[in-house]
This record gives sequence, structure tokens and C-alpha cells, in this order.
Amino acid sequence: MLNLFSHAGRVAGRAVVGAAALALAGAAVPAQAQETIKVGVLHSLSGTMAISETTLKDTVLFMIDQQNAAGGVLGKKLTPVVVDPASNWPLFAEKARELLAKEKVAVVFGCWTSVSRKSVLPVFKELNGLLFYPVQYEGEESERNVFYTGAAPNQQAIPAVDYLMANEGVKRWVLAGTDYVYPRTTNKILEAYLKAKGVPAEDIMINYTPFGHSDWQTIVADIKKFGSAGKKTAVVSTINGDANVPFYKELGNQGIKATDIPVVAFSVGEEELAGIDTKPLVGHLAAWNYFQSVDVPENAEFIKKWRAFIKNDKRVTNDPMEATVIGFNMWVEAVEKAGTTDPDAVIDALIGVSVPNLSGGYSTMMPNHHITKPVLIGEIKDDGQFDIVEQTPGLIVAQEWSPYLEGSKDLIADWRSPLKCGNFNVKTGKCGGAGN
Amino acid sequence: MILNARLRSRGCALLLALTAICALLLPLGGARAQDISAPLAQLATDNYNDTEAALGALALSGSPAAAGIVAALADGKLVFSTSPRQVFLKTDAGLVDPVTQQAVASPPPVKPVRVNNRIRRAVEAAMGALSLVSPDPAKRLDAAVAVARSRDEAALPALEAALAKETDARVKSALTLARASIVMGKAGISDAERIAAIQTVGAEGNQDALAILRSVPADASPAVKEAAAGAIAGIERNLAMWGIAQNVWYGLSLGSVLLLAAIGLAITFGVMGVINMAHGEMVMLGAYTTFVVQEVIRTSWPGLFDASLLIAIPLAFLFTGLIGVLIERTVIRFLYGRALETLLATWGISLILQQAIRTIFGPTNREVGAPSWMSGSFDIGLMSITYGRLWIIIFATLVFAALLAVLRLTRIGLEMRAVTQNRRMAASMGIRTNWVDAMTFGLGSGIAGIAGVALSQIDNVSPNLGQSYIIDSFLVVVFGGVGNLWGTLVGAMSLGVANKLLEPYAGAVLGKIALLVIVILFIQKRPRGLFALKGRAIEA
Repeated sequence: MLNLFSHAGRVAGRAVVGAAALALAGAAVPAQAQETIKVGVLHSLSGTMAISETTLKDTVLFMIDQQNAAGGVLGKKLTPVVVDPASNWPLFAEKARELLAKEKVAVVFGCWTSVSRKSVLPVFKELNGLLFYPVQYEGEESERNVFYTGAAPNQQAIPAVDYLMANEGVKRWVLAGTDYVYPRTTNKILEAYLKAKGVPAEDIMINYTPFGHSDWQTIVADIKKFGSAGKKTAVVSTINGDANVPFYKELGNQGIKATDIPVVAFSVGEEELAGIDTKPLVGHLAAWNYFQSVDVPENAEFIKKWRAFIKNDKRVTNDPMEATVIGFNMWVEAVEKAGTTDPDAVIDALIGVSVPNLSGGYSTMMPNHHITKPVLIGEIKDDGQFDIVEQTPGLIVAQEWSPYLEGSKDLIADWRSPLKCGNFNVKTGKCGGAGN
Repeated sequence: MILNARLRSRGCALLLALTAICALLLPLGGARAQDISAPLAQLATDNYNDTEAALGALALSGSPAAAGIVAALADGKLVFSTSPRQVFLKTDAGLVDPVTQQAVASPPPVKPVRVNNRIRRAVEAAMGALSLVSPDPAKRLDAAVAVARSRDEAALPALEAALAKETDARVKSALTLARASIVMGKAGISDAERIAAIQTVGAEGNQDALAILRSVPADASPAVKEAAAGAIAGIERNLAMWGIAQNVWYGLSLGSVLLLAAIGLAITFGVMGVINMAHGEMVMLGAYTTFVVQEVIRTSWPGLFDASLLIAIPLAFLFTGLIGVLIERTVIRFLYGRALETLLATWGISLILQQAIRTIFGPTNREVGAPSWMSGSFDIGLMSITYGRLWIIIFATLVFAALLAVLRLTRIGLEMRAVTQNRRMAASMGIRTNWVDAMTFGLGSGIAGIAGVALSQIDNVSPNLGQSYIIDSFLVVVFGGVGNLWGTLVGAMSLGVANKLLEPYAGAVLGKIALLVIVILFIQKRPRGLFALKGRAIEA
């Protein structure tokens, strides 16, 4: 009520609007005064990244809707504050500042690309905000104000490579990626991992392409050539976003089937496949922590409610959506546990919080601000869904600092009381020892 | 001859092919049908290892139902129920028993038996061996390829038997190659025979042959190794030559895409001098028109799907042309001669169009299917040419020729050239310059729309589609020479070929950078591009 009155007060000059607001307040009036908690949504709704991020905005709105129907948080209703950073990295920082300083939101769900996350980081540190980041990323980061609910490389890339080695007998590797930080770091980790597993350097081919690369003829021909050296070959793809469709189309055109050279992708999910004819792709793989085809009651229930909310019974679900859902539920639980939305209290309360994930288990927030996850490997089916061919027996704890990289192998992150450090160097015993 | 032989994990394929052949031969020898209840029960467990084992057991069983069950598994038509654990074949008439083929009276809820890459390979090898003596030569050819892929020693007797009977030349050569590739790796084969096999494989001269030759056993005699090394060197020389041809082809194909994207801009920017940042969005609108046409066809006239692109071409031209005229009448005509304002205004229009499409169709990619005549590929020598790319090259050429004809041979074309060369003089001659401006811009936009129809086949149909082509389009037009269509053609093709020749050495990222540097240096030397217009007209 308080909020609505102040709103009505601001527009008092405009009598009609004021009256409408009052009428609305009157209609919805509960017995006691009602406060609201503001939840910020920082996902691009226009520009290049809108293709992926719009769904996550809808997911947060869906979760808020569900939570409000269940009585809100701490007896208060949640209200979303949606802003559009328009796929523009500096604008991400401005919009983050607007959310934290002007709107005074209790928590922000947002960002997709690593560069957008890096761009808002200083703002969240300065204003002591709380950011939930729902996308798989390259790791090598742990910040006090950020909670990472997507996969670190060891929760996605390395299990996928293990699967190919064990089940497909792959001996030769093409690491193909888009030319930016996530593929470069992931490939560096994978290269070190493969070499540690005894793969000789000449059996690893690394290839980078620009963003939105659409002419894959030469590269696919190269892969075909690399794959005909008499050893089983696979492609590990960190190709991002829009470049995937032409890549898979070219694979199909040049007759490379999954039984010849399987491609395992880390950025291709149900949403991306919705734009292609998947028949030529059957058998190619993806590694995620969630697939829409996970066959457990929790997931079926989620999909049903989501489709009812979005009013589209064909709408797919994907891994970053699950990560958003987990992050949201963790935040709700931590706020209930702390009894306040104060960021410092919530940040401390979040560690150790455990909520159900959508693949039938529980995910827990670890002291490194990353969560535990199962890893699933799926093969693409002809209907654009994934057939889950492997699931890790237990949950995997994120290695935010990769043990396979020179600069980060001695670092750990622990935001609990005595240490309170995101990059503690176990060799020197000092916090902030990145790189040495 | 197409033989995509690759090294396979041999174990399962070997067992399967052997057992499959046995399955085929046993009934001929009068063996009675066997009980296959055990493997069928295994298939119902929905576990990959069990499925693989069941495949082997099935083929060994000699049951006449085996081939049907394996085929059903490959097609996803083999289903199982959990209670009781039982498998069925899914047919149009409903579920049938896999052995008796009797319809099931009260079908339980079923799920398909799952297939992964490993099972798919095993099925392929088994089916290959099963159909080596099929009466259909196409099936025998596939079978020969499948056997060569599995490189399975156990298949050798059946292969030799099939080879003796074979009459079709293509199948025979496939069988010979399959035999040679098996013999090469087989233990206890004489050197002479092995060298003969190497020569057979070497004569094939392609990448697959190279893979087979590289797998000569390490314990082979020096003579064999020498023969293999010689054959490998020969093939590599051959491959390198074809590689250049292949790269030129890729370059022409990239060039044709650039040409399609840039040719509309050659009109609006090249001829009219409007810096049209919304050009890419016209391409995008054309692609979305294709999507809408395909959706309507899918729901109303599915039989017309193969003609969907042909239907979309005129519609895309009209629709984007109309939008172009609208933009010219409402915005651009007020801004002629003010380059900076035009740039900003058209940039704004491009954002508006993008967001409008995003609001109407959603931010995600839309699926535009390829008609059957644009799918697949064929080989010329060692070059593989995909139909989709070939059609795009042909299409780009046709569009270019048509545009040239319109500008050269029609009245409106003459008026366009007159207005762009000297507006006041043209106006004095009674040409409605306003109208001609609108038509010219409409034509350029319409051509961009047609390009969108073609690009929907190779790129994402998303609101961002146009963004990826706008820079390249300007590059082509500026490099080729502003105001000259031939310049656009030559510019697009040379940029495409140069890009593809650089790419194998420099990589995609560096290749692109190198190309940009080359173009910048070139523009320094010749500011008006490859084909500069001469005379006073362009100074105006």
C-alpha cells in the first residue's frame, strides 16, 4: 500500500491516473499494508544478444509470478524491474547502476556474455549489489557480489571430452571456436587437459572464427581433411550464437555425419536448434547440465507451468533457463534464511543453500559462489530435442580456477569467514595472488 | 566412386558384419529359424550395451525376422513397453509382434528403443553386410561402402563371393576397393598381394584412400611400406592440386553471396549516392518473406514446398521494394545531398526495422527449409560441390544480368541513369525525377529482398541477419567502384576468391584482417575503386 500511495502521490497532478491507481490499489487491497521487493532483470531485449537473453527475462518474470502466487518472499510481493541494455556492453554498466542506485533493487538477474558481466562488475562492487549470472562461462573468476549458476569448464567441457574418449574412442581433436574470451580460455584448458591425457600436439587442431561467421566451406573441408588421417576424430565446438546454424548446415552439405565426425557443442541448446532443420544433425552432441528431455516429474511440471505462463505450448526450455531458476530459488531461500534482503546478509546466507534442480537432484551454492551440478551429454534427435546418452553419477563441484592453467592452478576461492577471498593463492598464502 | 571410408572402432562392427553374413547364409543352408526371445528381451532393457549385444545375437540367430528388426531399429520404429518388458515393431497399422508380424490386440504404452552413434554405426555395418547380395545395385553399392567403412576381415569371404558375381561396373569397383582396404590391414597376407591392394587403393586417389593407406600395419615389410609411401605421395600431390581448385570454387561461392548482398546497394549507394545503412535490413526482410511463404505453404499446400523459393522471389521483391519506396518518400527524399544526415536516418530506420521484426516474429532464429533440389552435393574429380552453393552462384549471375538489362534496355533504366547523371537536365527533359528517385530506391531495395531469399538458405533467419552483410556490402561497392555494376561484380568475386585463398594459410580471423588491409591500401592508390566512372557526371 505504501508504495502505491507514494506512486499515486507523484502523479497527483494527473487526477485521472491517480484515481486509477487508487482504484487499482483498492481493488487489490489486502488487509495489512503491503511492501514490495524489487527484483532487477538485466538482459538484452534488443540487439544481437536478444536472441538468447529474451528467454531469460521471461524466465525471471515467470519465477516472480510463481513466487508471488505462493505468497511472495518474507510476506512481501516481488515486483520486477526490467531494463534493456541492448547488447551494448557499456550500457550494461549504466543500466546496472540505474537498477542499483535509482531503483534500489534487492537483487539482479542478468548478463549473458562474459564481457557484459565484466562490464557490470565494478558497479556491483561499488554499490554492493547482488548479481546472479546464469550462463556457462570460462571460469577464472570469483567475485563477492556475483553468484555463478552456470557451468564452469570442468562442469561441461571436460566431462564431454571424457565421454568422447570413452564411448566414441576419439583420438584426434578439432577445437573450433568463435574468437573471444570464452572459447579461447576453454580451449586452452581443454588443450592442457588433452595433453595431460597423452594426446600428441599434432592430433589437436585449434581453429577460431570471427563472430557471426557464415561461410564455413573452407573450415569444414579442413575438418574433413583432418579427420581422414586414420584416427577417430571429433570436433569440440565453442562456436557461439548465430554462427552455429551455417556451421551445421555446411556439415550436412558436405556429408559429414555424426557417425563419421561427431561434433560436441557447448553453446548449442534447444533454443538454438529451434531455428534449423535437425535431420542432418542427428547424433551430434551437446554437453549441458540440463536438457528439456530430462525425464523427471520436476521437469515435466516446470515445462507445463512455463508453457502456460508464456502461452505457447511449443516453447522449449534450456540450460541457462534452469540456471536462472536455480539462482532465483537460491536467492529466495537465502532471503528467507537471513530474514532480510540486505545484500551483505544475503551474500553470507547464500553459501550452503541447497535447492532442487530440474534434473531430479539438488544443487548447492559452494563457498566459491559457484554451484554443484550434474553433467549431461545429449545427442541431437530429429525433433530438435536431445537424447541423454550419459549423465555423471554424482554432482560436480565447479573449479572456478582451472587446475590446467599455469596462472590459476594455485588459486582457490572461498568467501566464508576467515578467508573471504576470491583468488587465494595456496602457494604464497596471500589473497589476490592471481597469476603467480 | 564415393567411399567415405574411415577408421572405425572395429570390435563391434566386425562381430556384427560377421554375424549378419552368417544370418544371411544360414537360411540358405537350410538352417531352421531360431528362437530370438533372448535378444528381443535385451532390446527391451533400453541400455546401449544390451542393444549392441542383442544386435549381434539377432544376426547370429538366423531368424528371418532379424533383418526387419535391425532396419526398424535404424528407423526408430522399434519400440518397447516397460510392463511387460517387450519389443514391438511400429507400423502404419499399429504395433505388431516382431516375430509373428501379428497385430497387438491391446497395445501398451511404448517408447522407441534408443539409438546412439555407436549403435548407429553397428546397425550400418550389419545392414551393409546383409545387403551385399541384394538384387538392387544401389543397395549393393551402399553395402560395399558400408563394408569398406567397417574394414572388417570377417566380411572378406562374403565380399569375395559377391565380387565374383558382380556385373555392375560401379558396384564392382566399390567392392574391389572394399576388398583391397580389408586385405591391406589383414595379417598373414603375402607382400605381393598387399602391394596389389595398395595400388588398387592408391588408384582411387582421394582422401579416404589416403586414410586407408596411412593405416598400413607397422610390422609390414619395407617393400610394402615403400609402396604405400609412394601411393601416399602421389595422392597428396593430386589432392594439393584439387585443393586449389576447391578453394577457388569456395571463393566464387563466397563472391556470389557478396555480390547478392551488395548488388542492391550498388543501386542505392552506387547509383543514387545514398549511404543506406538500412540495406541489410532489406535483405533481412526478404529472408523473413521467404519464411512466411514457407509457413503458408507448409500449412496450406505442402506439395508446393519445393517451389517455395521461386514463389518467394517475386513476393520478396515486391514487399521490400514497396518498403524501399516508402522509406524514400517519407525520409530519404528530404535528405538528398546531406550524406551525414542520411547515414544517421537510415541507421535509425535499420534499428526500427530490426526491432519491429523482433517484436512480430520473436528474437529467435526462424527455420527456413531447403527445397530438395538445393540439398546434397556432387563430386567433380576430388572437388565436392554442394547444390545449394551452385544454385546461389547461378542465381546471383541471373540477378546481375537482369539488373544490367533493366538499366540498359528499359525506359525506366534510361531515366534512372539520366537522373543520376544530371538531375536538372533530366528534369528539363520532362522526366519526373521524384518518381524516378523513388523507383530507383525501390529497385535497389527489391534486389536486396531477393538476395534475402537466397541468403535464407545459408544463414540464420534472425532480426540480425542484415547486420552481418552491411559492412561487406559497402566494402564490395567501394572496392569495385561506386556507380558501376560491373565493378560490383568484379569486386565481389575478387574479394571472395582472395578471402578463400588466404583463409587456409592465415585462418579465418587473420584472413579477414589481411583482406581489409589490402582493400584499404588499394583504395589509397585508387580512391574510386576498380572501375572508376570517368567524366564530369560524378563530380556533381
